[in-house]
Amino acid sequence: MSDTSATPVRVNLGELSAMFEAVPYAKFLGVQFELKGDELTAILPFKDDLIGNPMLPALHGGVVGALMELTAVAEIFLAQGGKKIPKVIDISIDYLRSGRPVDTYARAHVTKLGRRIANVRVEAWQFDRADPIAALHGHFLLKSDEGEA
Amino acid sequence: MSDDTPLWQRMATAGAMMIQGTPQARALGMRVIAITEARAVVEVDWREDLVGDPETGVIASGVVTTLLDNTCGVAAFAALSEPMSTATLDLRIDYMRPAKKGATIRAEAHCYRMTKTVAFVRAFAFDGQDETDPVAAAQAAFMMGTSGRMGQNRRPPK
Repeated sequence: MSDTSATPVRVNLGELSAMFEAVPYAKFLGVQFELKGDELTAILPFKDDLIGNPMLPALHGGVVGALMELTAVAEIFLAQGGKKIPKVIDISIDYLRSGRPVDTYARAHVTKLGRRIANVRVEAWQFDRADPIAALHGHFLLKSDEGEA
Repeated sequence: MSDDTPLWQRMATAGAMMIQGTPQARALGMRVIAITEARAVVEVDWREDLVGDPETGVIASGVVTTLLDNTCGVAAFAALSEPMSTATLDLRIDYMRPAKKGATIRAEAHCYRMTKTVAFVRAFAFDGQDETDPVAAAQAAFMMGTSGRMGQNRRPPK
């Protein structure tokens, strides 16, 4: 049984950034993170490569999904006080608006942090946080620092 | 090709163009392998800059997400008789296991039902020839005939 009375380990932006710095795909997308207090915001600066529909033009739905997934992973990393990167089990994405060719933001909320599974909800927005372009909920497998291969 | 050639046949002929015209698909190096009626097969190769877990070298799940979304969209389009604008309504993905390091990921999508307004699509992603051992499965719904106008997203929403 884990010690529930222990003070949670706070992760700083440096540690979080260092973790994502080592993930080539996060660099490929260009995702950045901002941490104010305990509030984490992921930022996806716009670039032409992210377009999925050049007519409108609109961001690729997969890119918006991937941004929200990375945001969920970062939020779990924070909630756990910085351990190994959790693995995605499943995600469900609602597309609410087409993503415009501008910067996109995302914030996640860990609904439940269990011993092995985390339930997470994420929203992504551009102009107005109250008017999200997409929402995700998903389940993630937590990896402990030791044991499990 | 005559005007009554089915849309999917016209798409199959223009397969490479469908990727060339989509910047993110091009950035990931996607390749259309086959387009048949209501079905699409698209591949993406493993690449160092697409790795999601630096410890294992496994390709990022986000790449699989984008590949599945894209392949489902092409399959929905291949179920139409005339091109129309579409929008993804929702996308659900189960990641059964990590893909093998270095393996090409192949997505196979089937639009199994098309109503007047919605296309229902199922897809699987594989990292080998074994059809019983997919790395991921997807279920997607697309709105058909949305009122997308060229360049409409260049302005912020009202």
